[in-house]
Amino acid sequence: MKICFTAQGETLESPAEDRFGRAPYFIVVESEDGSFEAIKNPYADGGGGVGPRAAQVLIENNVKALVSGQVGGNAKEVLAAAGIAMYTYKAGGTVKDAFDQFTKNTLVRS
Amino acid sequence: MKLAIASGKGGTGKSMVAANLAYTLSLTEPVTLVDCDVEEPNLHLFFPAAATTTDVTVPVPVIDEFACKHCRKCEDFCQFGALTVLESRVLFFPELCHSCGGCTLVCPKGAAIHEEQKRIGTVSISTPLPNLKLISGMLDTGIPHAVPIIRTAKKLASGDPLVICDTAPGTSCPVVETLDGCDACILVTESTPFGLHDLRLAVDVAARLGVPIGIVINRSDGKDQATLAFCTDHDLEVMMTIPFEREIAAIQSRGDLLCRIRPEWQKAFAALFIKCSALSGGD
Repeated sequence: MKICFTAQGETLESPAEDRFGRAPYFIVVESEDGSFEAIKNPYADGGGGVGPRAAQVLIENNVKALVSGQVGGNAKEVLAAAGIAMYTYKAGGTVKDAFDQFTKNTLVRS
Repeated sequence: MKLAIASGKGGTGKSMVAANLAYTLSLTEPVTLVDCDVEEPNLHLFFPAAATTTDVTVPVPVIDEFACKHCRKCEDFCQFGALTVLESRVLFFPELCHSCGGCTLVCPKGAAIHEEQKRIGTVSISTPLPNLKLISGMLDTGIPHAVPIIRTAKKLASGDPLVICDTAPGTSCPVVETLDGCDACILVTESTPFGLHDLRLAVDVAARLGVPIGIVINRSDGKDQATLAFCTDHDLEVMMTIPFEREIAAIQSRGDLLCRIRPEWQKAFAALFIKCSALSGGD
């Protein structure tokens, strides 16, 4: 299953990003084998309406769960309609920290 | 002649200047006063009168889910992210839509999208004084697009010989829309660091739009050196200075007009208008 983490950089050691639509990177981790891919968010500096379009990036990449600090209303509607589960992580750690918490099932589903 | 009253900073006295200027001029000629501060219109408080109110609507897309092939052409076209096409349904976010109509054009054969009108606010017209027409735009609560209301309000004044537009504070779309097409612009400021900071921004916007600028200093305590220096540097005329006086504030806060209570001020506002006419290159 593919899980997306919002991140400030391209690696698992990058700090997790609290924002969803304007996150610089989406780090998509394959939970089966721990492999990952960093996707540069094309809407990070967008003018407006970035939430739904960023959500579409996740849909296109077949993501099933999202871990982020805060997801806006419009993005949330798209993600929910697409059946992507949303979890909140805003402890200020790295993507790896967020991934560890996700696998331990300690994150709150939003 | 179409004149805009703007400021950059909020609370400097735009509406006070607009109301008193319109009142003074209406004593001798027909004036149309347009309240373009549609998120918080208040000129009607100075000029209470029965008004005729009509709805302002904008077209928004409606998707026919049975006809839709989910090809995503509409989503790809929309620069505002207002449409999200999923595998078997389309999500529409009305608050992101700018009513450009592009989605209906790119939809193959236009089969799945048609437009319906959605109300976003109102415009009201009244005649509070024999020579004064007041047009007030009002945006509905929670609607993010002020521009179509401003456009409608200005259109209702088109063709009128003398139009005074009171703008919203700030320097964003509502202000740009109001200034667009005006022959001159009064920027009302106050001699504080905040007033000067925002005046710089407002001057920049008006200059980019090619609208000639004149300055009014309001609530002056006589220590206007920084503002005066800025005006000198930018070749801007200070056309009027209104002192910081308790009595003026009291008249204003009662919803009354300085020029009605103290008619000697009419001369100053009439002179202000002559300077504005000169700015616009008119007679």
